[in-house]
Amino acid sequence: MTQPEALLEITDLDVFYGDFQALFGVSMAVTLGCATALVGANGAGKTTLLRTIAGAQAASAGAVSYGGSDITAAPPHRRIARGIALVPEGRKLFPSLTVEENIQVGAAAAASAQWPLQRIYDTFPMIAQRRRQRASTLSGGEQQAVAIARALAAGPSLLLLDEISLGLAPVVVEGLYETLSGLRSAGATIVLVEQDLRRAMDACDDLVCLLEGRVALAAPVADVTRDQVVAAYFGEGRP
Amino acid sequence: MNWVNAVIQGMLLGGQYALIACGLSLTFGVMRIVNLAHGDLAVCGAYLGLVLSSALGVPVWVTLPLLLPAAFGAGMALQLLLFGRALRHGVLAPVLVTFGLSVMIENLLQVAATSDPRGLSGGSLALASFHITSGITVSWLFVTAFLTACAVLSGLQLLLSHTSWGRKVRATADDPDTARLVGIRVRPVFATVAGIAIATAALAGVFIGTIGTFDPQTGTDVLIFAFEAVVIGGIGSLWGTLVGGVALGVTQVVVGEVNQAYAVLAVNLLFLAVLTVRPGGLFTSRQVVREAAGQGAAG
Amino acid sequence: MSVPALEVTDVAKSYGSLSVLGSVSLAVAPGEAVGVVGPNGAGKTTLLDLLTGTGRCDAGRVVLHGRDVTRLAPPLRARMGLGRTFQVPRPLGGLTVFENALVGSMRAAGLRGRHAYGAAYEALAVTGMAGQANTTAGSLRLLDRKRLELARALAMRPRVLLLDEIAGGLSDPETEALIGTIRAVNEGGTAIVWVEHVLRVLTAVVTRLVCLAGGQVIADGAPSDVLASDAVRTAFLGGGVL
Repeated sequence: MTQPEALLEITDLDVFYGDFQALFGVSMAVTLGCATALVGANGAGKTTLLRTIAGAQAASAGAVSYGGSDITAAPPHRRIARGIALVPEGRKLFPSLTVEENIQVGAAAAASAQWPLQRIYDTFPMIAQRRRQRASTLSGGEQQAVAIARALAAGPSLLLLDEISLGLAPVVVEGLYETLSGLRSAGATIVLVEQDLRRAMDACDDLVCLLEGRVALAAPVADVTRDQVVAAYFGEGRP
Repeated sequence: MNWVNAVIQGMLLGGQYALIACGLSLTFGVMRIVNLAHGDLAVCGAYLGLVLSSALGVPVWVTLPLLLPAAFGAGMALQLLLFGRALRHGVLAPVLVTFGLSVMIENLLQVAATSDPRGLSGGSLALASFHITSGITVSWLFVTAFLTACAVLSGLQLLLSHTSWGRKVRATADDPDTARLVGIRVRPVFATVAGIAIATAALAGVFIGTIGTFDPQTGTDVLIFAFEAVVIGGIGSLWGTLVGGVALGVTQVVVGEVNQAYAVLAVNLLFLAVLTVRPGGLFTSRQVVREAAGQGAAG
Repeated sequence: MSVPALEVTDVAKSYGSLSVLGSVSLAVAPGEAVGVVGPNGAGKTTLLDLLTGTGRCDAGRVVLHGRDVTRLAPPLRARMGLGRTFQVPRPLGGLTVFENALVGSMRAAGLRGRHAYGAAYEALAVTGMAGQANTTAGSLRLLDRKRLELARALAMRPRVLLLDEIAGGLSDPETEALIGTIRAVNEGGTAIVWVEHVLRVLTAVVTRLVCLAGGQVIADGAPSDVLASDAVRTAFLGGGVL
């Protein structure tokens, strides 16, 4: 049986904020067409890892390779052009732009035309009605949808999502996850940071747990028990 | 009759102020750079116009197709080489850097052109005027300046709201980090905005030079009015800059009718009044107010 | 039972319409080391702000050494022996390490002359910074900035010390060093209330763990019990974890 193809490979990544070390020798691989859950306590380095993959954060050591080519030094717009898009923590929409403008801006350096505006509006009908409204006037759930739409507008092959359920009502989160499930069925490769372990494990094929800036556990979801993940999360069994 | 004339003249004067202020508004609104050399750069535009129109023997308007692109290029160069680097050291650094730039420019102009007052040859346009009624005479030059200001401001507004480039500029002005993240190349965006700002400053300088006289120190006088127009109108609002400019112009001329000595004082008092009552300016974008509040709380 | 060093009863805090702390009660015995954990948005830093007086309680009482300090301003609480470190160490960069510690003993504790110098130097000694006393604070590496932050708080001879996420970003040996320092401080009789995400470090020092979630205390007891409790695991990891 052939090895599943790794779309994204991270090797021995060290990331510093000044002399504050956020990631210590992190290595992981994301398989093409699979959804990977990235879990861990606050401060474990999940957001830092996603931002480093997207190019918003520089690595001081280690390598990031995408589709076989090294992109460690590539700036964000080149990574987007290659097909990596990040939905950042806290949504970070442009407040003075309308919904439609926010989405259009996401296509600034687009990798492909896979997600034209119409397809995006078909996938997120609730924001289609609000397309001419300023992004800052939307509800939390709608803003989250716009943030995902903005990333999709770049026609990515790897979608990174950072805590999309933060501050949202459960029913709204259900809706977002249904959309994600649709994307997954369509063959998208996804990395998802999620606080809720059940959701993360239900939605994903692989799981990586970070603890204090290091990988504590990396395995397919089917191969780990919840207890093992919880133990890795809290750092139990560590010397 | 006198008052109506004063108001009209004031409005037209306001157009000039708005033209010189719009580059300042753009630079601060998008890049959060306070450019203390803005007035001097406008005066450089006037001097360049002088050089070109003397060399080519034509009224200064004919030199614009050469002058404006040169100013645009200078703006881009300044941004890439100087302002962009300064910004990396905090919001206050560009203030110091542009102050230094201002002093440098004034002294260079002093050496190169002496402090003799100069005027630009505006051709027949500069002398023409028309009558609205028996009591009101309006100079074509003033009208052209006002209309140019309106045209530039509308043009910019259209560019910002209806083009893909404009979207990138507005997104970058909102949040440069996230803009970078979604693939916008922030340095080229800043460079083009700076280019436009300096080009409008040079254009304003040409009008100033044609309407009145100028010397190396004119930049400083002009800067104050530009600042006041931007602050009254509200940072981040282009049309607000027009309103601000007109408010200044009308105040100056109307008070000047009563007592010329108090005209400039009245303008500054108006500025202080607006600052007291609405420190954010009349049309400030909420974004800028929020940012200022955030910095105030953290600092 | 002796008077608690620090006690909060039913404190609540809202920012506008957002309720950050519901009704939190907590008592810390003299010399005790208590850890405070909880997921994002649980209200941990807000709790520290209410303890120091940086934030005003909307309801409830804060009692320090048996005295009601609910309405007392932060400098006065500092005089009473309540110290705090901040998550991002911000030493006074232009001053030396010793001068930074002196700020703690003279300004926060109001000591004078020899007593101030003595307290400052002792604080540096306990935190292992005495050897760098004449170094400019701005040039210190992260671990030393954290130690200096700790020393500055210790120089005011606190009886209760509040630590705010002090352990992040350090390498393993540096983390071990920090654990040693904090243990030494606690063994010297100072009660500690420590908000932290790095659980491993916390459990190496504290004898009691309090878990905050959604603005409420959902667990309070021995660290191993608290971390193993269903309520705590659900709070961190979402429902259906079992």
